[in-house]
Amino acid sequence: MTHIYSEGTAFEKKALDDINIEIEDGRFVGLIGHTGSGKSTLIQHLNALIKPTSGEILLNGEDINADKSKLRSVRQRVGLVFQYPEHQLFEMTVYKDVAYGPSNMGLTKEEIDRRVKKSLEIVGVGEDIYNKSPFELSGGQKRRVAIAGVLAMEPEVLVLDEPTAGLDPKGRDDILEAIKTMHASLGITVILVSHSMEDVARYVDEIIVMHKGRVAYHGSPAQIFCKADELENIGLAAPQISYVFNKLMEEGVPVPCGVFTTEEATKVLYDLLKQVEK
Amino acid sequence: MIRDITIGQYYPVTSLVHSLDARVKILAVLVYIITLFLVDSFIGYAVVAVILAAVIKASRVPFKFMVKGIKGIILILVFTAVINVFSTKGENVLFTLGVFTATMEGVLLAIKMVIRLTMLIIGSSLLTLTTSPIELTDGIEYILKPFKKIGVPSHEIAMMMSIALRFIPTLLDETDKIMKAQQARGADFETGNIIQRAKSLIPILVPLFVSAFRRAEELAMAMEARCYHGDENRTRMNEMKLKGKDIAAFVLVGLYILMIIVLRIVF
Repeated sequence: MTHIYSEGTAFEKKALDDINIEIEDGRFVGLIGHTGSGKSTLIQHLNALIKPTSGEILLNGEDINADKSKLRSVRQRVGLVFQYPEHQLFEMTVYKDVAYGPSNMGLTKEEIDRRVKKSLEIVGVGEDIYNKSPFELSGGQKRRVAIAGVLAMEPEVLVLDEPTAGLDPKGRDDILEAIKTMHASLGITVILVSHSMEDVARYVDEIIVMHKGRVAYHGSPAQIFCKADELENIGLAAPQISYVFNKLMEEGVPVPCGVFTTEEATKVLYDLLKQVEK
Repeated sequence: MIRDITIGQYYPVTSLVHSLDARVKILAVLVYIITLFLVDSFIGYAVVAVILAAVIKASRVPFKFMVKGIKGIILILVFTAVINVFSTKGENVLFTLGVFTATMEGVLLAIKMVIRLTMLIIGSSLLTLTTSPIELTDGIEYILKPFKKIGVPSHEIAMMMSIALRFIPTLLDETDKIMKAQQARGADFETGNIIQRAKSLIPILVPLFVSAFRRAEELAMAMEARCYHGDENRTRMNEMKLKGKDIAAFVLVGLYILMIIVLRIVF
C-alpha cells in the first residue's frame, strides 16, 4: 500500500511507500518510528479516514474502502485514539462525552449506559467524576476519558497514537497499564504507536519499525533489539538493557541476543553465574 | 479536503515575481484592482488579461492554483451576473420573467462584471501566492507607516495580520484532526437536514475554540517572555531595500497606468 500527499503539486510527499504488513487477531503490536516516518499516516488508513493512493487495507479479508456505506461500521470495528485525544473532548460532562461514540452507533439507552460505565471503569475513571466537565480534569484524567470514548464503541481493533505523549512518568505507566488490562481482559487487537522503545518493549508481542515511509523491521521485541546498532542509525534507540547485553556479546560473554527487560536480564545473568561456578 | 482551501496560500518556487519587493507587489496589485474598474471595454479587458497572463507565466505558479481560488467564489459570480442581467434598464429587451426583464445591456454588463471579478481574484491571489506571509505583512506595515500620525496602529495591524495568517494552516490542520477524531467516533458531517448538520458541527467547534484560546494564551506568554513590547525601538532582521528590478517593476506599473488611461480615452 502506498500513500502520496498532494500528488502532482509542489507539495507532493510520499508518506507511505509499499507497505505490506499483516497483523493477527488478538495481538499487541507496537508501531515505532521517528517523527515523520509515516506512523500516523499509516494508522489513519486502518479505519478508512484516508484512502491509500494505491493498494488496499483488508479487515478480516474485506477491503475496508470497497463499500462507502460501510465506513461507519469499519470505524466502529477499528477504534482509533488520536494523539492528544483530550483535544477532541467537547461535551458538558464526562459521561456524555464518552456516550458520543455509542450514540452515533444508534444503540439503545441501556446499552449506551452499560458501555459508558464499562469503558470508564476499564480506564480507571471513578463514578464521582461522571458529571464533571471534562475541561476541569487533569491532563492524565482527560486522556483516560478520551480513550474511554473510543473504547465505548467496543472495537475489535484498538489503535492508539502516542497515548503517553506529554504525560509524566506516573501518568504514562498508568495509561500503559490500563491499555495492557484492556488487551488482556477484552481480547482485542491493540496497535500502540510510539517513538519510545522503552515504553513499548515491556508490553507488546511484536514490533513494527517504520523508517521514511517504509517498514524497516517487523518481528518480536527480542529480534528487533538484537539490532540495536541499526536502530541507532535510523534515529531510534533500543532499551538500555539491550545495549549492555549487546556489549557483553561483543566481549565474548555467552548471553542470548535480545534481552531487554531488567527482570529477564537478572535471570539470564544469574543462570550464567551459576554455570560459571560449576 | 479542507487542505484544498488556497486563500492566502504561498506557493514556494523561485521566480522573478517571487523575488520582487513585497511593497512593490502590494502597490502593483492595488493599481491593478483600480484599473480593472477603469477599463470599460472588451478590448481593454483583453489587454489587461494578456498582461496578467504574462505575469502569471513569470511567477511560475501553476494556473491550476488560481482556478481553485475562483471555485470558492463561483456562487458570488453567478449571483452578481443574475442580478446584473435583470436589474439593468435598457432598450433591447430579450425576455420577461414576471416582473423581471432581461435586457441586452444587462447581459453585457453581467459579462463585464464576471470578467472583472474573476480577474480581480486571480490578480490578488497572485500576490499571496508569490509573497510569503512575513514579507506581505512587513510590506503592509511599511505602506501604512505614513498613516501612523493620524492614529493608525500600523505595527499592531501588521502583527495581528501576520499572526492570523500564521495560524490559518495551523487551525486548518487542527480542524482536520478534530474532524477525523470525531469521525473515528462515528460522527457524520455529510448527511441529514440543515439542523442536524449544524448540530454535528458542535463536536468540531467546541474543541477548535478551546484549542484556539489555548494557543493564543501560549503565544502571548511566549512573546512576553521574549520581551515583546510593541513597535517602539523595534529593529528588523531583514531590512527591506529596493533593488534594481523593483525600480524597473515600478516603471512598468507606471507605464501600465498610462496605457490604461489611453485605452480608456480611445475606446
